[in-house]
Amino acid sequence: MTSNTLPSGATSSADTPSRGSARLNPLAQLTLTRFREFVREPEAVFWTFVFPLLLASGLGLAFRSRPVEVVKVGVLSSAPGAEAVRAALASDSTIQIVMLEDSAAGNALRIGTVALIIASNDAQSAEYRFDVARSEARTARLIVDGALQRARGRQDPVTVNESIVSERGSRYIDFVLPGLLSMNLMGSGMWGIGFSIVDARRKKLLKRFVATPMQRHHYLASFLLLRLGLMVVEVSVITLFGVFAFGVPMRGSLIAFAVACLLGALVFGSLGLLVASRVRTIEAASGFMNLLMLPMWVASGVFFSAGNFPDAIQPVIQALPLTAVVDSVRGIMLQGLGWTALAPEFAIVVTWLVLSFGFALRFFRWR
Amino acid sequence: MSGQLALEVRALRKTFGPVTAVDGLDLDVRRGECFGLLGPNGAGKTTTIEICEGLLEADSGDVLVLGQRWDRDQRALRERLGIQLQETQFSEKVTVLETITLFRSFYRNGPAPDDVIRLVQLDEKKSARVGTLSGGQKQRLSVACALAGDPELLFLDEPTTGLDPQSRRQLWDLVEHLRAAGRTVVLTTHYMDEAERLCDRVAIVDYGRAIALDTPRGLIRSLGAGHVVEVELANGAEASDGIFSATPGVLSTRMHGRTWTLQVSAAHEAVPAVLRTLEAGGFAMTELRTHTPTLEDVFVSLTGRHLREQ
Repeated sequence: MTSNTLPSGATSSADTPSRGSARLNPLAQLTLTRFREFVREPEAVFWTFVFPLLLASGLGLAFRSRPVEVVKVGVLSSAPGAEAVRAALASDSTIQIVMLEDSAAGNALRIGTVALIIASNDAQSAEYRFDVARSEARTARLIVDGALQRARGRQDPVTVNESIVSERGSRYIDFVLPGLLSMNLMGSGMWGIGFSIVDARRKKLLKRFVATPMQRHHYLASFLLLRLGLMVVEVSVITLFGVFAFGVPMRGSLIAFAVACLLGALVFGSLGLLVASRVRTIEAASGFMNLLMLPMWVASGVFFSAGNFPDAIQPVIQALPLTAVVDSVRGIMLQGLGWTALAPEFAIVVTWLVLSFGFALRFFRWR
Repeated sequence: MSGQLALEVRALRKTFGPVTAVDGLDLDVRRGECFGLLGPNGAGKTTTIEICEGLLEADSGDVLVLGQRWDRDQRALRERLGIQLQETQFSEKVTVLETITLFRSFYRNGPAPDDVIRLVQLDEKKSARVGTLSGGQKQRLSVACALAGDPELLFLDEPTTGLDPQSRRQLWDLVEHLRAAGRTVVLTTHYMDEAERLCDRVAIVDYGRAIALDTPRGLIRSLGAGHVVEVELANGAEASDGIFSATPGVLSTRMHGRTWTLQVSAAHEAVPAVLRTLEAGGFAMTELRTHTPTLEDVFVSLTGRHLREQ
């Protein structure tokens, strides 16, 4: 390559200030660049969109509503009256009888293939063997005992009318889907923003941008815009999947739901920004992110109720941003909570948002 | 300070903790020239250029860029400058055209991205992702981004460091072309051949000061030597102290390892005298070289060190 082979047309247009091209909107260009960086990173797309669906499917299958649970009980075949017991219990569809030899019986009880063993039963007495600490064993005892007593002629003094209710919204999938949704808002908000900014700083790209007339708030806004755009897709995908594949209810107003998700995306985006505001390496950023996120994964009630933790630390747990987001999203979907009921959670989220965004802007290092 | 200058630097100082990076440096860059800051690594070139680019703040001193100051005219200045930093890594997933279009969008005026791409000869890589480019192509992309705002003044910080010889020549062609088109270019380098070839004027920087400033030819002429003779001794290098001090035609001497570097007025007169001196002293040599003086020789004579030494 020599200089005289340079095309003259390019020369004149690039070197003459009077000619030039129309200016494109810098915020749109920055956001477009963010978008390209995201969709051209297959891993990011997977973690954002596919992973939560896989997780929800897995949990949904594992904890799907089953038909009324059948209790397995063992009967010692050597015991007196074994046949009579079997006959007496055969009519109850919630009990499954297994005839066991003495040697096999102890083992079956220990490993839990049967909940209870009927060791003997005659006209005057009966012997049940079971572990009182196991709830299904206690259930089995009640069912078995009731059936045997009635078979021996017990008359119940009260007539009971049962009306069986199966409520949507009380299954595990109903509980966990809003949790997964909130956790996803946290993960993609913090990683999506934090990682990209630290990466740009590490590559001296931040410094390079600062060397142009680029408006700094355009740069930060481009992350926020992409995050909100992706949030809409993420939330829609996960929610529609939950509603249509598992029948998870959406009892509250869609506007309240949208506001909760928006606040969630913003608060975790701001926390990501805060983590990224000074850190120079991806490793340090990962460490800080995990330090922030791990307690919330565990304590904020994504997979099980935050109420399981001791009362002493409840104030801390309730003040965590993920707890507030999980509680509001779950409350809207399952209980149809309105604005008044959501106000405390929203207040917590807004406080975190203002604090983390304020500190992030104050500490942000552009080089 | 006159408006004819693209860049004026007076008594610039910058320290990083105990390290003084820039120690009272003065510069004048004229409009339309290609100006080089030549010096070894760690001489303070990058610190100086980053202060001029408004990316670092000086501890003291005065910097006037295109007649404007960073503390007052930051926004306006950013529109008028093109900056290439030493270690920028552009987003790998984004294409060449997309990258330049992004940078173009930051500036009020500027050429069409396609024209810049043609100028830096990346036409064939226009739709390629940045991650697939070679080192030289990435460096030309970096220059292209610096050109996106049609700058009046272009800063290039070590533009060819780490490039293979062919990529270096391509970048030189590009810089020569920009200079020929009338742009003001300020570049830093630790390659003396680069400074000699590209720059109208060169400031030699060492320990944070500009220790010489002239055209490459003027700097070389200031040595007063017509040639440089290098003699590598086979034996007795330790005992050779001062042997050439009385040799006719030898202007100055310097020894490094087993090699004497002699600045001489004219090679055809000095070489026979040098050979006689060696013979008289009983020294044998393994190699004798002569070359016309370069900026490297200027640097050595000013500092007693080579550019590439640390």
